[in-house]
Amino acid sequence: MEKFIWAFIVGGGICVIGQLMFDVLRLTPAHTMSTLVVVGAILGGLDLYEPLVKFAGAGASVPISSFGNSLVQGALTESEKTGVVGVLTGIFEVTSAGVSAAIIFGFLGSLIFKPKG
Amino acid sequence: MSNKKIKKLTPTQQEYKKFAKDRVPKRPVLLNSIRAFIAGGIICTIGQGLQWMFMTYFGFTEITAGNPTVAVLIIISVLLTGFGVYDHIAQWAGAGTAVPVTGFANTVASAAIEHRTEGYVLGVGGNMFKLAGSVIAYGVFSAFVVALIKITIKALGGI
Repeated sequence: MEKFIWAFIVGGGICVIGQLMFDVLRLTPAHTMSTLVVVGAILGGLDLYEPLVKFAGAGASVPISSFGNSLVQGALTESEKTGVVGVLTGIFEVTSAGVSAAIIFGFLGSLIFKPKG
Repeated sequence: MSNKKIKKLTPTQQEYKKFAKDRVPKRPVLLNSIRAFIAGGIICTIGQGLQWMFMTYFGFTEITAGNPTVAVLIIISVLLTGFGVYDHIAQWAGAGTAVPVTGFANTVASAAIEHRTEGYVLGVGGNMFKLAGSVIAYGVFSAFVVALIKITIKALGGI
């Protein structure tokens, strides 16, 4: 149960950082999301993101910053097995579910729904 | 705008710039942050609930449960996008709905649906990643650099 509370607080906190980037730094959503992904990748490389996921669960794994972390983790795990080429083959290993689900269901959505307005 | 560009303007233009800047509506930063916190927190708590469900009833481990959780969140946000509900929530929540993975799915789905009139290949296929593409491009490139740095440090026997 405790994990749900931490998921709420950490997940909400990351969204507040995003909101401050919108409002204070006047970034567009695309810039904000790209920045958060890069930050996630750097934190992943410094081994700081995985402890956060362990601690906050979905609070850290649902925000987009975890996408960057997952890319790094996939690349590193695969490169341990196969050497430097593993960086290329493993980069999408962990995030494959997210990217392919977004493509598949986004496409299905475009077949079913008509644009509004 | 950089200082260099401002110097090139005529005095009247500079005056207008100042005039316009003073009249840009102030954004309610605190209120927006609270909304983002609540909305983002709720989405992450739903994610945690899904993860818990997959771990308890479907025999996933803590690591593997992440995939079905993300997939379900993406399906939900594509449906909400298609029914036109997501935009209303996003209007209220700001970054609270943009930062979680649901925001990523929303940009893919909304771009795909919006460009459907331009045809399925050039419209849907070509525009699907119009917004989400930058996230993937920057994510992959930064992950590539970070991974290379880490491997190099390891190979040199550091840390």
